[in-house]
Amino acid sequence: MTPKVQIENLSVHFSKTEAVKSVNMDVDENSVTAIIGPSGCGKSTLLRSINRMHDLVSGAKVSGKVLLDGESIYEKNVDPVLIRRKIGMVFQKPNPFPAMSIYDNVVAGYKLNNRIKKREADEIVESCLKRVALWDEVKDRLKTSAMDLSGGQQQRLCIARTIAIQPEVILMDEPCSALDPIATYKIEELIDELQERYTIIIVTHNMQQAARVSDITAFMYLGEMVECGPTSKIFTTPENKQTEDYITGRFG
Amino acid sequence: MRSLHLRHFKSGLVVISMIIATIIVLLPLCFIFVNIIKMGLSSLSPEFFTSIPKPPDESGGGVANGLVGSGIMLVISSLIGLPIGILGAVYLSEHRHGTFASFIRFCADVLAGVPSIITGMVAYVLVVVPFKSFSAIAGSVALALIMIPIVLRTAEEQLKMVPDTLREASLALGVPHWRTSLKVILKSAMGGVITGILLSVARIAGETAPLLFTALGNQFWNWKLMQPMAALPLQIFNFAISPYDGWHKLAWGGALVLVIIMFSINLAAKSFGRR
Repeated sequence: MTPKVQIENLSVHFSKTEAVKSVNMDVDENSVTAIIGPSGCGKSTLLRSINRMHDLVSGAKVSGKVLLDGESIYEKNVDPVLIRRKIGMVFQKPNPFPAMSIYDNVVAGYKLNNRIKKREADEIVESCLKRVALWDEVKDRLKTSAMDLSGGQQQRLCIARTIAIQPEVILMDEPCSALDPIATYKIEELIDELQERYTIIIVTHNMQQAARVSDITAFMYLGEMVECGPTSKIFTTPENKQTEDYITGRFG
Repeated sequence: MRSLHLRHFKSGLVVISMIIATIIVLLPLCFIFVNIIKMGLSSLSPEFFTSIPKPPDESGGGVANGLVGSGIMLVISSLIGLPIGILGAVYLSEHRHGTFASFIRFCADVLAGVPSIITGMVAYVLVVVPFKSFSAIAGSVALALIMIPIVLRTAEEQLKMVPDTLREASLALGVPHWRTSLKVILKSAMGGVITGILLSVARIAGETAPLLFTALGNQFWNWKLMQPMAALPLQIFNFAISPYDGWHKLAWGGALVLVIIMFSINLAAKSFGRR
């Protein structure tokens, strides 16, 4: 089976600095891959290159390849907009659209693209909010502003918004770093459930979180992929000395 | 202890001089208001708002054609100026560091600083000469040229304040860049953008110089856009420099109405900005 996402020799430059240095990584379908590493090691930069979020950053240059189902996404004839519909993203800080209601936020991907019928929208809103376990909390106030929700609820709303457009891969950029432990626990539970349908790549600062949610863990340091393997192995018998030092808390 | 007294004395002196400076700043404004109300209030009557000016030897008459003419020209210049100004602002905020963007910004700042009489001359050359007639359209083009840089720069400032996280949220949902700019960024900044629009309308509503040789003015009703049209600021100017008492009265009344309009637009802009 070909991996869902293949990263080959990927480097990302910001004007003169090299943030990611020829990284190779394979991600299997319906797996959870965690990318860990100290601040500034390039893990978010790597994540963002998987759905071409660097395209609009002036000065950012991506070289190497990212393959989705065996097809390169950085080819000239590939529309980044379509790539982003297949590879969704959840951000560090919950970022629901402030001018939209809870309801509109869930179907924002459709509404902003001008194509949805009322009945379809109703169905999508209900099913997506149920899947992120938010439905019971908000079903009586779907038309109120999304900004009235708590941080954890907002983040689950953002996940609902992402799965509403039926992506195949979900990228999560430290999705719990702005949340309290209970909200974090709920998101982690959710990641477990989402794994059945989606391929998930999550960047996290929190090593315990990586150990709890992921099948594969990749350790990055100074822009390089130091080690990548089954989570249980990385956390018990890492091959690399740097990895061991990091996960045992000797630096980082 | 002596130094403490001295310090209190100095502090009091500074506070008093600041109060005096504030009063000096406010004095002209109060003077304008009081004077215009005193001189203009007696001219206001139903006739003032419904009829056109009368010949100088008759008393009465109004500025109805000027009010309507100003309204028409404001609408047309907004139709020309707002799309250009707002879409330009979206471009500038999306391409913050580009060389072309800085060039446009520089041009807008220069355009904003051009004396309005020169803007009128430009509209004269662009519209009046080719069509061989003074016209409401020519006046509107002149006003739009004044409006564009104001809208462009105020809207750009508002758009820049929209956090990047919203842009990313929209892009990550597979929304094209241009749709993101219009439906997420512009929509989020709409309150501030509307404030900028209102302030620019208030600014051009009182402009006289750019209309002098474009719209020209008209003593009668005219609904044709390619013909000379009356405008309130022009009427104030023409009546004020005339030697007739009746027309002076109309000028004072017109000035009062213009000030009230500006005041209301500014209040509206403030309330939008606060939301």
